[in-house]
Amino acid sequence: MKTNDVMLQTATKVVTFIILMFAVHIFFAGHYTPGGGFVGGLLTTSAIVLLMLSFDLETVKKILPFNYVTMTAVGLLLALATAAASIIFDVPFFTHAYDYFDLPLFGETSLHSAMLFDAGVYLVVVGVTMTIIQTIGEDE
Amino acid sequence: MSFVFLIFLPLLAALFIPLLFKKVGKIHTGWFVLAVPVILFIYYASLLPTTIDGGNLVSEFQWIPSLDIAFVAYIDGLSLLFTLLITGIGALVVLYSIFYLDKHREQLHNFYVYLLMFMTAMLGIVQSDHLITLYLFWELTSISSFLLIGYWYTRDRSRFGALKSMMITVFGGLMMLGGFVLLSIMGNTYSIRELITLAPEMATHDFFIWALVLVLLGAFTKSAQFPFYIWLPDAMEAPTPVSAYLHSATMVKAGLYLVARLTPVFAISGTWMWLVAGVGLFTMFWGSFFALKQKDLKGILAFSTVSQLGLIMSLLGASAAGYHIDNIAETTFMYAGFAAIFHLINHAVFKGSLFMIAGIIDHETGTRDIRKLGGLMSLMPISFTVAMIGAFSMAGLPPFGGFLSKEMFLTAMLSLTDFDLFSMDVWGILFPVVAWLGSVFTFIYSFYFVFHTFAGKHKPKQLPKPAHEAPIGMLISPVFLAILVIVIFFIPNRVGDWLVKPAVMAIQPFLYNSPSEVDVHVSAWHGFNTELFMTLGIFAVGGLMFWTLHKWQKSYDRFPDAISLNALYDNLMFLSDDGANRFSMLYMTGFIRSYLVYMFSFVIFILLGTLYLTEAFAVDFTNLAPVGFYEIVILVALVGSTLTILVSKSRLTSIIALGAVGYSVALFFVIFRAPDLALTQLVIETISVALFLLAFYHLPQISRKEERMPFRLGNAVVAVGVGITMTLIALSSHSQKAMPSISEFYKETVYTEAGGGNIVNVILVDYRGFDTLFEIAVLGIAGIGIIAMIKLRLSKKEGQHENK
Repeated sequence: MKTNDVMLQTATKVVTFIILMFAVHIFFAGHYTPGGGFVGGLLTTSAIVLLMLSFDLETVKKILPFNYVTMTAVGLLLALATAAASIIFDVPFFTHAYDYFDLPLFGETSLHSAMLFDAGVYLVVVGVTMTIIQTIGEDE
Repeated sequence: MSFVFLIFLPLLAALFIPLLFKKVGKIHTGWFVLAVPVILFIYYASLLPTTIDGGNLVSEFQWIPSLDIAFVAYIDGLSLLFTLLITGIGALVVLYSIFYLDKHREQLHNFYVYLLMFMTAMLGIVQSDHLITLYLFWELTSISSFLLIGYWYTRDRSRFGALKSMMITVFGGLMMLGGFVLLSIMGNTYSIRELITLAPEMATHDFFIWALVLVLLGAFTKSAQFPFYIWLPDAMEAPTPVSAYLHSATMVKAGLYLVARLTPVFAISGTWMWLVAGVGLFTMFWGSFFALKQKDLKGILAFSTVSQLGLIMSLLGASAAGYHIDNIAETTFMYAGFAAIFHLINHAVFKGSLFMIAGIIDHETGTRDIRKLGGLMSLMPISFTVAMIGAFSMAGLPPFGGFLSKEMFLTAMLSLTDFDLFSMDVWGILFPVVAWLGSVFTFIYSFYFVFHTFAGKHKPKQLPKPAHEAPIGMLISPVFLAILVIVIFFIPNRVGDWLVKPAVMAIQPFLYNSPSEVDVHVSAWHGFNTELFMTLGIFAVGGLMFWTLHKWQKSYDRFPDAISLNALYDNLMFLSDDGANRFSMLYMTGFIRSYLVYMFSFVIFILLGTLYLTEAFAVDFTNLAPVGFYEIVILVALVGSTLTILVSKSRLTSIIALGAVGYSVALFFVIFRAPDLALTQLVIETISVALFLLAFYHLPQISRKEERMPFRLGNAVVAVGVGITMTLIALSSHSQKAMPSISEFYKETVYTEAGGGNIVNVILVDYRGFDTLFEIAVLGIAGIGIIAMIKLRLSKKEGQHENK
């Protein structure tokens, strides 16, 4: 089935970036306002799914040459390491640490170890959903 | 020195074995392994002076302090004796294995890793004072034994034997764990030493008899007592060094160790004495009787091991009688405990050498079938001498160590006839009679083993390989053990003072304060008494029956195999395997829709049941939010799209309707001001519709056959049931609050404690971070599962696919 979807493709090229930017925003904003790693990951995935729908699997693979299985593993390790790191500081497993820093460009910023954990969640969500979609999609 | 860590030295060494095997392949890996038992033996031997005086050493390492679980190495006479056996025989066996296992053809790294693992486990058993860690090591021996029996895993018999030993010993191990738990409940401690001091109070406890039986089940299965012995003959599929080490010298003695160690706890009970002495003695007779049926050299030795273990077990049972006797030093009752330990040492020595000889014969002639062997005396003179010494010691002939302990065994059994508790005065006479019968058969099979292999006519044509003497390296260990057999005969009292008496003190701590109080003097000649005449009778009758063996040995084959214990085991295994298979096939249809029906029915059953049983149902319509226009519109859309899914003929329509359901729920979240949920729901819905469309491609056409009325009606009932259940629960949970909502706590602490602003997100990453961690782990597993299902699918190879 070969269809001419110029409109979809053109729109996708713009929309994908907006969704991705939004995903990043949602991910970082998560601790204070609605959002977080889980939604951020899903939004990112939906952007990639949109790409896949309007182009095709092979093209998307060329644009984003990630190994999503590795991504899942890295995410899991990151989450586990963040949780486990507290052991080194002799506090119970999963104790988070946070403080406020004066960073250039951002001004006073809160840095929270929960963000690292959330990044792990983000990677796992993107990794797993993309693994599933890719595996099923490739299986013709 | 904290010698508790030495238990783990073999395990630590095992880590380097595969590396050494790969990198230094030129040198046989066994040479590196040999260092471990040798070092340990030397170290533990240096502790001997402490235990000879009746002292003990304790070294502790906390493992799980919150559960009161620790590794406690407790060294006294008994555990040091076993430790020396494990490391000493271990060193000889490793030396022997270097010549037995070829470095080019065998998977040496596997072999030695398992062997070292076993060594740690065994040291752990005999040194642990803590019941739970004792159990841990106990099961570890079962596992390493399983791996070693199945070492040549391409053979069917090896795998069968490995599984059989595992099934039986692990069954016993689990029973034993139950016994341990009961003991710790009764005594409120895991420490064996403390349990021993509490023994008199525990004897009246309701659990006492249960703990006793369960612990004995563990000991009997491990030490191959009747009727559990059936795994031991099949375990002979292991390489011979393993049989010599695990299945004669050490692991099967773990049960004896446990019985000896716990004798002070249980000896008060008559049941203990009857069970241990009775089962032991019967096993001794049974094993020796059936040893003569065997045609395989190692089979004979296996049954002989069963029999000898029974002998030692019965002596341990008899030693319990000492607790009921005053002034034990003036009676013959004191012999049982001494004889048990003394014979245990003798058995380890002579049986080790006999197994090694059986291995040599197998190695040099290519067969272990005794019918094909014969006349090897002149071809293998050294092996013959060693075998003769070992077998004569086993038969109880002088001047070998076995003679001394056999005499004491008879003394101990005779002493039981004088015992007047537990109706022994009536039945006690059975003990010396059965012991005598067992000894006669022991005499015969010992001769059968030696003379049918080495004497008679040589049959070179039946042997796969031309027979010749073994290389010198392979002979070192058996020759050393054979010399030890003779040495023990000449210095029995030195052995007694150094090794036996300290161990006896551990078995009978209430009777003796120091090893020197154990007033037993071993002598080869002690006048004309009943024991001597019994021994002479054994030699005479045994000799006569051996002479006529060829006439009556065939009658063994008349025993039908169908009613043997082995057949029972096979049938049980078959039944459980086949039965379980049939049972699962009853409900495992292979259709997800059937499974969903099971799951949802169960959900209804459990939830409605709980609602009913706890009388939790309540309806309270106060405190309701007003229902507005938006809610009604969304609700109509929700119900409408749900119905669309049910009635639509096309799958595509169903999927789109399902998406609509999801979006409607997302809108509800928006109305109820839950932006996080709404956002997530929206994105999830989008992605899952895309996923459905992808998967849709692969789904098979639902067969029309199942679409009959009863099937659909059944589904309808389940669906309505789930709906009603959920509604009832929602109503109930709204109508009553058992405890205040946790949201207040979140509101207060989200900034102060967690440093965040968005409660939902902070719950995910902080308050309930564990949940999230496991959820993403599950996600990862699901991803791997899907890869496995799609990429590794079998039908792909066959080129068959539903949609092609």
